[in-house]
Amino acid sequence: MANKQFDNHLGIVGWLGGGRWGVERYLYILQRLTGLGLLLFFMMHIFASSVRICGPESWAAAMKILKNPVLKLGEFCVFVLFSFHALNGIRLILIELGLAVGKAEEPVYPYKSSLNNQRPLMVIAMVLVAIIIIAGGYNTIFGSH
Amino acid sequence: MKETAYWTWFIIAALVIFVIAGLHMVVMHLPMFGVFNPESGAVTDWGNVAFRSKNQFLAFTYIILLGAVLYHGFYGLRTIVFELGPKKSFQDGFTVILWIVGLVLFGIGTYAAIAAKALETAL
Ligand code: HEM
Ligand code: HEM
Repeated sequence: MANKQFDNHLGIVGWLGGGRWGVERYLYILQRLTGLGLLLFFMMHIFASSVRICGPESWAAAMKILKNPVLKLGEFCVFVLFSFHALNGIRLILIELGLAVGKAEEPVYPYKSSLNNQRPLMVIAMVLVAIIIIAGGYNTIFGSH
Repeated sequence: MKETAYWTWFIIAALVIFVIAGLHMVVMHLPMFGVFNPESGAVTDWGNVAFRSKNQFLAFTYIILLGAVLYHGFYGLRTIVFELGPKKSFQDGFTVILWIVGLVLFGIGTYAAIAAKALETAL
Protein backbone atom coordinates (compact mmCIF):
# COMPACT_ATOMS: atom_id res chain seq x y z
CA MET A 1 0.00 0.00 0.00
CA ALA A 2 2.97 2.34 -0.54
CA ASN A 3 1.77 5.86 -1.14
CA LYS A 4 3.14 7.28 -4.38
CA GLN A 5 2.31 10.81 -3.29
CA PHE A 6 5.25 11.02 -0.86
CA ASP A 7 8.62 9.76 -2.02
CA ASN A 8 9.73 9.14 1.58
CA HIS A 9 6.70 6.97 2.28
CA LEU A 10 7.94 3.42 2.58
CA GLY A 11 4.81 1.61 3.77
CA ILE A 12 5.45 -1.70 5.54
CA VAL A 13 9.11 -1.65 4.46
CA GLY A 14 9.41 1.64 6.34
CA TRP A 15 8.70 0.18 9.72
CA LEU A 16 10.53 -3.08 9.11
CA GLY A 17 13.73 -1.51 7.81
CA GLY A 18 14.92 2.05 8.07
CA GLY A 19 18.68 2.48 7.71
CA ARG A 20 21.22 2.65 10.53
CA TRP A 21 19.41 1.87 13.73
CA GLY A 22 20.02 2.00 17.46
CA VAL A 23 18.74 -0.73 19.78
CA GLU A 24 15.60 1.26 20.52
CA ARG A 25 14.57 1.12 16.87
CA TYR A 26 14.54 -2.67 16.99
CA LEU A 27 12.57 -2.56 20.22
CA TYR A 28 10.01 -0.42 18.37
CA ILE A 29 9.46 -3.13 15.73
CA LEU A 30 9.22 -5.73 18.48
CA GLN A 31 6.68 -3.53 20.31
CA ARG A 32 4.47 -3.58 17.21
CA LEU A 33 4.92 -7.26 16.44
CA THR A 34 4.31 -8.33 20.05
CA GLY A 35 1.26 -6.02 20.17
CA LEU A 36 -0.21 -7.65 17.05
CA GLY A 37 0.59 -11.12 18.40
CA LEU A 38 -1.12 -10.34 21.70
CA LEU A 39 -4.18 -8.98 19.89
CA LEU A 40 -4.51 -12.18 17.86
CA PHE A 41 -4.12 -14.29 21.01
CA PHE A 42 -6.59 -12.15 22.95
CA MET A 43 -9.38 -12.53 20.38
CA MET A 44 -9.04 -16.32 20.63
CA HIS A 45 -8.64 -16.11 24.41
CA ILE A 46 -12.08 -14.52 24.84
CA PHE A 47 -13.68 -17.61 23.28
CA ALA A 48 -11.38 -20.16 24.91
CA SER A 49 -11.82 -18.79 28.44
CA SER A 50 -15.61 -18.53 27.92
CA VAL A 51 -15.81 -22.34 27.80
CA ARG A 52 -15.92 -22.18 31.60
CA ILE A 53 -19.59 -21.17 31.48
CA CYS A 54 -20.40 -24.63 30.04
CA GLY A 55 -19.32 -26.28 33.31
CA PRO A 56 -16.50 -28.49 34.63
CA GLU A 57 -16.68 -31.28 32.01
CA SER A 58 -16.39 -28.96 29.00
CA TRP A 59 -13.66 -26.99 30.76
CA ALA A 60 -11.66 -30.15 31.56
CA ALA A 61 -11.97 -31.29 27.94
CA ALA A 62 -10.68 -27.93 26.69
CA MET A 63 -7.78 -27.96 29.18
CA LYS A 64 -6.83 -31.47 28.07
CA ILE A 65 -6.16 -30.08 24.60
CA LEU A 66 -4.03 -27.32 26.16
CA LYS A 67 -1.82 -29.90 27.91
CA ASN A 68 -0.27 -30.61 24.50
CA PRO A 69 3.42 -29.57 24.72
CA VAL A 70 3.19 -27.42 21.59
CA LEU A 71 0.30 -25.44 23.10
CA LYS A 72 2.10 -25.25 26.45
CA LEU A 73 5.01 -23.66 24.62
CA GLY A 74 2.55 -21.35 22.85
CA GLU A 75 1.13 -20.26 26.19
CA PHE A 76 4.62 -19.51 27.47
CA CYS A 77 5.30 -17.49 24.30
CA VAL A 78 2.23 -15.35 25.07
CA PHE A 79 3.71 -14.74 28.52
CA VAL A 80 7.03 -13.72 26.91
CA LEU A 81 5.29 -11.39 24.42
CA PHE A 82 3.25 -9.86 27.22
CA SER A 83 6.24 -9.30 29.55
CA PHE A 84 8.24 -7.60 26.83
CA HIS A 85 5.37 -5.50 25.47
CA ALA A 86 4.28 -4.40 28.95
CA LEU A 87 7.68 -3.24 30.22
CA ASN A 88 8.88 -1.80 26.93
CA GLY A 89 5.46 -0.08 26.75
CA ILE A 90 5.96 1.52 30.18
CA ARG A 91 9.40 2.67 29.02
CA LEU A 92 7.85 4.26 25.90
CA ILE A 93 5.11 5.93 27.94
CA LEU A 94 7.69 7.42 30.35
CA ILE A 95 9.58 8.82 27.36
CA GLU A 96 6.52 9.97 25.41
CA LEU A 97 5.17 11.85 28.41
CA GLY A 98 8.59 13.48 28.78
CA LEU A 99 9.22 11.93 32.22
CA ALA A 100 12.42 10.11 31.29
CA VAL A 101 14.15 12.38 28.82
CA GLY A 102 16.12 14.57 31.22
CA LYS A 103 16.46 18.35 31.05
CA ALA A 104 16.10 20.20 27.76
CA GLU A 105 19.55 20.82 26.24
CA GLU A 106 21.26 21.76 23.04
CA PRO A 107 21.50 18.73 20.78
CA VAL A 108 25.29 18.45 20.80
CA TYR A 109 26.96 15.09 20.24
CA PRO A 110 27.24 12.92 22.35
CA TYR A 111 23.57 13.44 23.25
CA LYS A 112 23.36 13.48 27.05
CA SER A 113 19.66 12.72 27.28
CA SER A 114 19.83 9.51 25.27
CA LEU A 115 23.09 8.37 26.90
CA ASN A 116 22.38 9.25 30.53
CA ASN A 117 18.61 8.87 30.73
CA GLN A 118 17.06 6.88 27.91
CA ARG A 119 19.73 4.21 27.49
CA PRO A 120 19.85 3.23 31.19
CA LEU A 121 16.03 3.13 31.29
CA MET A 122 16.06 0.76 28.31
CA VAL A 123 18.66 -1.46 29.99
CA ILE A 124 16.68 -1.57 33.26
CA ALA A 125 13.45 -2.42 31.38
CA MET A 126 15.13 -5.24 29.44
CA VAL A 127 16.78 -6.70 32.55
CA LEU A 128 13.38 -6.76 34.26
CA VAL A 129 11.86 -8.46 31.20
CA ALA A 130 14.60 -11.12 31.34
CA ILE A 131 14.04 -11.77 35.06
CA ILE A 132 10.26 -12.09 34.62
CA ILE A 133 10.65 -14.42 31.61
CA ILE A 134 13.07 -16.63 33.55
CA ALA A 135 10.66 -16.84 36.50
CA GLY A 136 7.77 -17.77 34.18
CA GLY A 137 9.94 -20.23 32.27
CA TYR A 138 11.01 -21.90 35.51
CA ASN A 139 7.34 -22.39 36.35
CA THR A 140 6.49 -23.73 32.88
CA ILE A 141 9.32 -26.29 33.00
CA PHE A 142 9.54 -27.26 36.67
CA GLY A 143 6.22 -26.15 38.20
CA SER A 144 3.33 -28.54 38.73
CA HIS A 145 1.18 -26.17 36.69
CA MET B 1 -7.78 17.19 18.76
CA LYS B 2 -9.97 14.12 18.46
CA GLU B 3 -6.97 11.98 17.50
CA THR B 4 -5.05 13.25 20.57
CA ALA B 5 -7.95 12.17 22.78
CA TYR B 6 -8.00 8.70 21.14
CA TRP B 7 -4.25 8.40 21.78
CA THR B 8 -4.62 9.52 25.41
CA TRP B 9 -7.22 6.77 25.95
CA PHE B 10 -4.84 4.31 24.29
CA ILE B 11 -2.17 5.20 26.90
CA ILE B 12 -4.67 5.13 29.79
CA ALA B 13 -5.84 1.70 28.58
CA ALA B 14 -2.18 0.53 28.51
CA LEU B 15 -1.75 1.48 32.18
CA VAL B 16 -5.00 -0.28 33.13
CA ILE B 17 -3.87 -3.41 31.25
CA PHE B 18 -0.47 -3.24 32.94
CA VAL B 19 -2.09 -3.46 36.38
CA ILE B 20 -4.94 -5.92 35.72
CA ALA B 21 -3.30 -8.20 33.16
CA GLY B 22 -0.13 -8.01 35.27
CA LEU B 23 -2.13 -9.55 38.11
CA HIS B 24 -3.63 -12.08 35.66
CA MET B 25 -0.12 -13.11 34.60
CA VAL B 26 0.96 -13.57 38.22
CA VAL B 27 -2.12 -15.75 38.78
CA MET B 28 -1.60 -17.82 35.60
CA HIS B 29 2.18 -17.95 35.15
CA LEU B 30 3.74 -17.29 38.55
CA PRO B 31 1.59 -19.50 40.79
CA MET B 32 4.47 -19.72 43.30
CA PHE B 33 3.00 -16.51 44.74
CA GLY B 34 -0.24 -18.39 45.47
CA VAL B 35 -2.50 -15.54 44.33
CA PHE B 36 -6.13 -16.54 43.57
CA ASN B 37 -5.22 -20.22 43.37
CA PRO B 38 -6.69 -21.77 46.55
CA GLU B 39 -6.36 -25.40 45.38
CA SER B 40 -3.15 -27.26 44.79
CA GLY B 41 -2.77 -28.55 41.24
CA ALA B 42 -2.82 -26.59 38.01
CA VAL B 43 -3.95 -22.95 37.85
CA THR B 44 -6.46 -24.02 35.21
CA ASP B 45 -7.94 -26.88 37.29
CA TRP B 46 -11.68 -26.42 37.67
CA GLY B 47 -11.51 -25.72 41.42
CA ASN B 48 -9.26 -22.71 40.84
CA VAL B 49 -11.14 -21.46 37.77
CA ALA B 50 -14.52 -21.76 39.56
CA PHE B 51 -13.12 -19.97 42.62
CA ARG B 52 -11.93 -17.04 40.47
CA SER B 53 -15.10 -16.93 38.38
CA LYS B 54 -17.21 -16.54 41.53
CA ASN B 55 -15.03 -13.73 42.81
CA GLN B 56 -16.82 -10.39 42.36
CA PHE B 57 -13.58 -8.39 42.23
CA LEU B 58 -12.06 -10.58 39.51
CA ALA B 59 -15.26 -10.67 37.43
CA PHE B 60 -15.28 -6.87 37.56
CA THR B 61 -11.61 -6.55 36.61
CA TYR B 62 -12.09 -9.00 33.71
CA ILE B 63 -14.78 -6.78 32.22
CA ILE B 64 -12.59 -3.67 32.58
CA LEU B 65 -9.66 -5.60 31.10
CA LEU B 66 -11.76 -6.74 28.13
CA GLY B 67 -12.61 -3.13 27.28
CA ALA B 68 -9.06 -1.86 27.83
CA VAL B 69 -7.34 -4.58 25.77
CA LEU B 70 -9.82 -4.36 22.89
CA TYR B 71 -9.52 -0.56 22.75
CA HIS B 72 -5.71 -0.52 23.06
CA GLY B 73 -5.19 -3.42 20.65
CA PHE B 74 -7.59 -2.18 17.97
CA TYR B 75 -6.33 1.40 18.23
CA GLY B 76 -2.79 0.03 17.78
CA LEU B 77 -3.84 -2.00 14.74
CA ARG B 78 -5.57 1.10 13.34
CA THR B 79 -2.40 3.19 13.78
CA ILE B 80 -0.34 0.59 11.91
CA VAL B 81 -2.86 0.30 9.07
CA PHE B 82 -3.26 4.10 8.79
CA GLU B 83 0.51 4.52 8.58
CA LEU B 84 0.43 2.55 5.34
CA GLY B 85 -1.44 5.52 3.84
CA PRO B 86 -4.89 4.20 2.86
CA LYS B 87 -7.54 6.55 1.44
CA LYS B 88 -9.75 8.56 3.81
CA SER B 89 -12.82 6.50 2.88
CA PHE B 90 -10.95 3.29 3.75
CA GLN B 91 -9.81 4.83 7.06
CA ASP B 92 -13.38 5.72 8.04
CA GLY B 93 -14.75 2.32 7.06
CA PHE B 94 -11.93 0.52 8.88
CA THR B 95 -12.57 2.50 12.07
CA VAL B 96 -16.28 1.60 11.96
CA ILE B 97 -15.48 -2.09 11.42
CA LEU B 98 -13.06 -2.10 14.36
CA TRP B 99 -15.70 -0.51 16.59
CA ILE B 100 -18.28 -3.12 15.59
CA VAL B 101 -15.94 -6.11 16.01
CA GLY B 102 -14.64 -4.65 19.29
CA LEU B 103 -18.11 -4.11 20.72
CA VAL B 104 -19.25 -7.61 19.70
CA LEU B 105 -16.17 -9.20 21.32
CA PHE B 106 -16.67 -7.03 24.41
CA GLY B 107 -20.31 -8.20 24.57
CA ILE B 108 -19.34 -11.88 24.31
CA GLY B 109 -16.58 -11.59 26.92
CA THR B 110 -18.74 -9.60 29.33
CA TYR B 111 -21.55 -12.12 28.98
CA ALA B 112 -19.05 -14.91 29.77
CA ALA B 113 -17.69 -13.13 32.85
CA ILE B 114 -21.22 -12.52 34.21
CA ALA B 115 -22.52 -15.99 33.29
CA ALA B 116 -19.45 -17.58 34.90
CA LYS B 117 -20.14 -15.67 38.07
CA ALA B 118 -23.77 -16.82 38.06
CA LEU B 119 -22.62 -20.46 37.68
CA GLU B 120 -21.76 -20.37 41.36
CA THR B 121 -25.25 -21.35 42.53
CA ALA B 122 -25.52 -24.18 40.00
CA LEU B 123 -22.28 -25.84 41.13
C1 HEM C 1 0.73 -4.48 29.57
C2 HEM C 1 0.33 -3.34 29.29
C3 HEM C 1 0.61 -2.64 27.98
C4 HEM C 1 1.33 -1.49 27.85
C5 HEM C 1 2.01 -0.70 28.98
C6 HEM C 1 1.31 -1.15 26.43
C7 HEM C 1 1.91 -0.02 25.90
C8 HEM C 1 2.07 0.21 24.56
C9 HEM C 1 2.81 1.32 23.98
C10 HEM C 1 3.50 2.43 24.78
C11 HEM C 1 2.79 1.19 22.63
C12 HEM C 1 3.50 2.07 21.60
C13 HEM C 1 2.61 3.10 21.06
C14 HEM C 1 3.31 4.38 20.80
O1 HEM C 1 4.53 4.44 20.80
O2 HEM C 1 2.58 5.38 20.64
C15 HEM C 1 1.99 0.02 22.33
C16 HEM C 1 1.71 -0.43 21.06
C17 HEM C 1 0.84 -1.44 20.78
N1 HEM C 1 0.16 -2.24 21.68
FE1 HEM C 1 0.36 -2.17 23.68
N2 HEM C 1 0.60 -2.10 25.74
C18 HEM C 1 0.14 -3.04 26.65
C19 HEM C 1 -0.60 -4.18 26.34
C20 HEM C 1 -1.08 -4.53 25.08
C21 HEM C 1 -1.93 -5.67 24.77
C22 HEM C 1 -2.45 -6.69 25.78
C23 HEM C 1 -2.15 -5.64 23.41
C24 HEM C 1 -2.96 -6.59 22.56
C25 HEM C 1 -4.22 -6.68 22.59
C26 HEM C 1 -1.44 -4.50 22.86
C27 HEM C 1 -1.42 -4.12 21.51
C28 HEM C 1 -0.62 -3.13 20.96
C29 HEM C 1 -0.46 -2.88 19.53
C30 HEM C 1 -1.15 -3.65 18.40
C31 HEM C 1 0.47 -1.83 19.42
C32 HEM C 1 1.05 -1.22 18.12
C33 HEM C 1 0.61 0.19 17.90
C34 HEM C 1 1.66 1.13 17.37
O3 HEM C 1 2.79 0.75 17.12
O4 HEM C 1 1.33 2.31 17.26
N3 HEM C 1 -0.79 -3.85 23.91
N4 HEM C 1 1.56 -0.56 23.53
C1 HEM D 1 -1.06 -17.47 28.25
C2 HEM D 1 -1.37 -16.95 29.33
C3 HEM D 1 -2.79 -16.90 29.85
C4 HEM D 1 -3.49 -17.89 30.49
C5 HEM D 1 -3.01 -19.29 30.86
C6 HEM D 1 -4.79 -17.34 30.79
C7 HEM D 1 -5.82 -18.05 31.43
C8 HEM D 1 -7.09 -17.59 31.65
C9 HEM D 1 -8.16 -18.35 32.27
C10 HEM D 1 -8.01 -19.78 32.78
C11 HEM D 1 -9.27 -17.57 32.30
C12 HEM D 1 -10.64 -17.95 32.86
C13 HEM D 1 -10.96 -17.22 34.12
C14 HEM D 1 -10.13 -17.65 35.31
O1 HEM D 1 -9.74 -18.82 35.40
O2 HEM D 1 -9.88 -16.80 36.17
C15 HEM D 1 -8.91 -16.29 31.69
C16 HEM D 1 -9.75 -15.22 31.51
C17 HEM D 1 -9.38 -13.99 31.00
N1 HEM D 1 -8.13 -13.62 30.55
FE1 HEM D 1 -6.50 -14.82 30.44
N2 HEM D 1 -4.86 -16.04 30.34
C18 HEM D 1 -3.66 -15.73 29.74
C19 HEM D 1 -3.32 -14.53 29.14
C20 HEM D 1 -4.11 -13.41 29.11
C21 HEM D 1 -3.70 -12.12 28.57
C22 HEM D 1 -2.33 -11.81 27.97
C23 HEM D 1 -4.79 -11.29 28.72
C24 HEM D 1 -4.94 -9.83 28.38
C25 HEM D 1 -4.04 -9.00 28.07
C26 HEM D 1 -5.87 -12.05 29.33
C27 HEM D 1 -7.12 -11.56 29.64
C28 HEM D 1 -8.18 -12.29 30.14
C29 HEM D 1 -9.54 -11.80 30.31
C30 HEM D 1 -10.04 -10.37 29.97
C31 HEM D 1 -10.29 -12.86 30.84
C32 HEM D 1 -11.79 -12.85 31.18
C33 HEM D 1 -12.55 -13.26 29.95
C34 HEM D 1 -14.04 -13.31 30.14
O3 HEM D 1 -14.52 -13.63 31.24
O4 HEM D 1 -14.72 -13.03 29.15
N3 HEM D 1 -5.42 -13.33 29.55
N4 HEM D 1 -7.57 -16.32 31.31
